[in-house]
Amino acid sequence: MKTRSAVLLSSVCGALVALVLTSPHVVAADKVDPVADAKAFQNFFFQKFPNVKHEDFVNGPYSMNEDMKRQWQEKEEFPPYEFALDSGKEMFATPFKNGKTYADCFPNGGIGIRQNYPYFDEKEGKVVTLELALNRCREANGEAPYSYVKDEMASLTAYMAFTSRGKPMDVKIPDDPRALAAFENGKRYFYTRRGQMNFSCASCHVQSPGERIRAEILAPALGILNAMPIYRSEWSGMGTTSRRFVTCNSQTRAVPLEPQSDEYRDVEYFLSYVANGLPISGPGARP
Amino acid sequence: MKRSLPLAMLLALSLAPAARAATEADYKAAYAAAEAASKEAAGMRNQWTTTVSTLAAAKKAADGGDFDRAVAAAKEAEALAKASIFQATSEKEAWKAMEIR
Repeated sequence: MKTRSAVLLSSVCGALVALVLTSPHVVAADKVDPVADAKAFQNFFFQKFPNVKHEDFVNGPYSMNEDMKRQWQEKEEFPPYEFALDSGKEMFATPFKNGKTYADCFPNGGIGIRQNYPYFDEKEGKVVTLELALNRCREANGEAPYSYVKDEMASLTAYMAFTSRGKPMDVKIPDDPRALAAFENGKRYFYTRRGQMNFSCASCHVQSPGERIRAEILAPALGILNAMPIYRSEWSGMGTTSRRFVTCNSQTRAVPLEPQSDEYRDVEYFLSYVANGLPISGPGARP
Repeated sequence: MKRSLPLAMLLALSLAPAARAATEADYKAAYAAAEAASKEAAGMRNQWTTTVSTLAAAKKAADGGDFDRAVAAAKEAEALAKASIFQATSEKEAWKAMEIR
């Protein structure tokens, strides 16, 4: 009887020891690790497209197709976003009714800072995008906010992106569990299938970049936001990051979320962070 | 024997459930079920555009007095909403399979 108890006791102890030894590995596997995620994300695209220069991924479909690239390079001599750029520059410099300007709301007067957005606001505990910061600036100065999907917001962000052209994306994730949770939430949103078409963002932009979807060439997810905002021939106009997310959702037959909802802010945070080091190329032009 | 065959057929026909036109009450019940499923999908932030448009089509048909079409559309909307709920539920874990690691 004693022998049986001893065997039982030692097996229970053995099981406990095994549990203690393996549990840290389980926790480690589930730990949010943005650095490792970004490295894996970039390596995936670098290996999938070994002939594409790394900094060229920010040019979306043009990095995938030589013919389109040549056409785009010719178009860049008289780029279709030029009107938006000019009006954005003028809007940016025009004082609000109280005499202040956008420059008063941003570090370095708002010039050459696009690559630092979105950022995690530790006071609010949430991600703040450039579009959101611009509207908060307007509201703080007694002005009505702009629509997140229309021309004025696209013009303003076009000008701010232009002043950052060539600067490497430099989005920070502070050592704050809420920031890590926002990154993870953005990642989840990116990979989650939705809509009647049962597509995730990754279905097109990870699994199929360079492939045709009807008449279009799909852009790689890596660096996809570095070119925002964009002039799209399909829209016959400019579009913000918000507009891009909303239309992507609609195309999969999912009801879009409200612009600047937590999910959209978080997916922008995720996609921008994994593109760290790649240059800002916005404003962009797309078919 | 010759007489019993037509009689049997007559009996069978009289017992077969007659296809009847849908009523407003049928529509209301079907619409309520579809709307409840649709609200659940929206609460999961996974509403499909086709659920919304099919629900609207059901209402439009009912407003025009075509309850057959209204009930059919409401049932389709309910099926779409339930599919979107299934998608949202399964994707809670399934998204991880797509992740680049």
